[in-house]
Amino acid sequence: MTAAFVAGADASSEVPLKRRLKRAERTRRLKALALILPLLLFLLFTFLGPIAGMLWRSVDDWEVRQVLPHTVAALADWDGKDVPGEPAFAALAGDIRTARDAGTVAIASKRLNYALNGFRTIMSGTARNLKALPEPGTAKDTLIGINPAWGERATWAAIKGASGPLTSFYLLGALDLTRNLDGAIVAAPEEQAIYRDVFGRTFTISLGVTVLCLILGFPVAYMLATLPTGQSNVLMIFVLLPFWTSLLVRTCAWIVVLQSEGIVNDSLRWIGLIDEPLRLIYNRFGVYVAMTHVLLPFMILPLYSSMRSISPAYMRAAASLGASPVTAFLRIYLPQTVPGIGAGSLLVFILAIGYYITPALVGGAADQMISYFIAFYTTETVNWGLASALGAVLLLATLLLAVVYGKLVHGQQVTGGMKN
Amino acid sequence: MSDNHAPRTASQRVAWITTVVVASLVLVFLMAPILAIMPLSFSSGSYLTYPLPGLSLRWYEDFLNSPRWVSSLKNSVIIGVASTILSMVLGTLASLGLAQWKSKFKPLVLAIVLSPVVVPGVITAVGLYFFFAPLGLTGSYAGLILAHTALSTPFVVITVSATLQSFDMNLARAAASLGASPIYAFRRVILPLILPGLASGALFAFATSFDEVVVVLFMAGPEQRTLPREMFSGIRENISPTITAAAVILTTISVILLATLEALRRRNERLKGNLR
Repeated sequence: MTAAFVAGADASSEVPLKRRLKRAERTRRLKALALILPLLLFLLFTFLGPIAGMLWRSVDDWEVRQVLPHTVAALADWDGKDVPGEPAFAALAGDIRTARDAGTVAIASKRLNYALNGFRTIMSGTARNLKALPEPGTAKDTLIGINPAWGERATWAAIKGASGPLTSFYLLGALDLTRNLDGAIVAAPEEQAIYRDVFGRTFTISLGVTVLCLILGFPVAYMLATLPTGQSNVLMIFVLLPFWTSLLVRTCAWIVVLQSEGIVNDSLRWIGLIDEPLRLIYNRFGVYVAMTHVLLPFMILPLYSSMRSISPAYMRAAASLGASPVTAFLRIYLPQTVPGIGAGSLLVFILAIGYYITPALVGGAADQMISYFIAFYTTETVNWGLASALGAVLLLATLLLAVVYGKLVHGQQVTGGMKN
Repeated sequence: MSDNHAPRTASQRVAWITTVVVASLVLVFLMAPILAIMPLSFSSGSYLTYPLPGLSLRWYEDFLNSPRWVSSLKNSVIIGVASTILSMVLGTLASLGLAQWKSKFKPLVLAIVLSPVVVPGVITAVGLYFFFAPLGLTGSYAGLILAHTALSTPFVVITVSATLQSFDMNLARAAASLGASPIYAFRRVILPLILPGLASGALFAFATSFDEVVVVLFMAGPEQRTLPREMFSGIRENISPTITAAAVILTTISVILLATLEALRRRNERLKGNLR
């Protein structure tokens, strides 16, 4: 023991204690990091990478650049004021010939069609009718001969606008904006301008669901927090069981309950209140009912935990000082539940704006939220740029709200009532 | 807490009774639809209405005889168990590291680790779809297991971290001072004490994977359809009583998970009470 002590003292005289402590601290930190690192690397591959990839796709403009490389190069110096000169036509004719042989015309024409409606027809017609490379000096006349659209400035502006490498086209499109021929940002044509409407609808539905959850959740949380623990634990099952029940089961249950041959309509008809079934599902009403049902526990649980921490002594003190019950509730109790209200509302709102399954199953065509359109452009029309841009906007909104939420519940608990 | 409310005046009593009535109605609203569809799965008729023409187990028979439903249940279990194991390993290691790590970057790392919970399902699904397709991971079990692991690990980290917070690190120091190697101390001292927390984390992870449908919708081929995925198409096409049987099976599994979790929580509280 003594020997060890002496040896230790010896070592410390060589290396100052401070440095050794620092070294020990560093080893500790490295060990801790080594434990966290596998998860971070895993998430990099399965979560952060994919999301970064999606964000990249919202600005990536590779199609035209890859299929029509010489045209893109020839247009680099084009001022956009008039139809470009012969070299650009010659480059385009060459590119189209190459692309036709490689079978890649469709890739470019799909992208160009987003920029200018009808471009797909121009491209495919040109590729079909351009039998051979035009003689030097005749490319312009040949192409305009095949399709007069090549003699228009807008056609060339579309190619120039899509020549990449980066584009703001999809992100602007997600906000119902576009660029005009001179490159200025203007409102998108009316028939394409649907996304502000969709974002507005997503916001309205989410806000409505949040308010409904607050109105319905507050009395429940208050009752659970006020009742003796034994009773409230039993009643808590009514909140926790739906919470743990699969989303699909709950959505399916609402369809069975609300459909025209469903339980509610049948009972109403049996009582004689109605003759014709009410339309309770596949519309906005159904979306509100089902989403409120699914998200209500996320409101009740944080509210409950904030109310539980309010000491009853405050209310008694207020009463003993002569406050009426209403005053005591409004001035003493309610302010103390504000953190719970804030956390619950934000949580419900954050979850609601990203909802996909429930509106897709119980909503009509006019009730689909932003997630539906992201899914639609990914799998149905394969417009990945637009899907990614809409996703980027939704992601930004969610992350901003999540930061506010994090600030709000910080100091309360790390778990922040996420799932319990 | 018990006599907290104790309505003294008549108006207070009225307010309290109103609260109880409204709150009870909301609780009924929460529970009613789930309870309403259960008996329908035992109907002998094929209409989803009351009164039931008679009782039978034909829809459960239908479920068990349908290769589609049975294989979807099997897929759910395979993907759920595999992603639970993977997320437990990654999540527990990370929680142990986070508990010891002090740095100004810790909030950032924590935010990254927890972010899969916050990011909307469609965004994760679309991102994974783009990212995994060129790697041949779409339409494969591996891809789904990896994706579900990413989604469930935050719950493991939250649960295990909470357990570690209440764990007395002096016990680990005591073990070390008595000559236990870090691994031995973990196995014999730390592990037995945090085991209920780990079990809760595993249940959360399994429940997350078992209930997930958006990622499956984008990534699963016909071979990997899970039970919620099969229900999704079932609801889309036309709701047959077989779906209500599937719903009851899913709900039963949820109830078992919830009950186990509650039992673990009670046990943990009892243990804590004993230590004090």
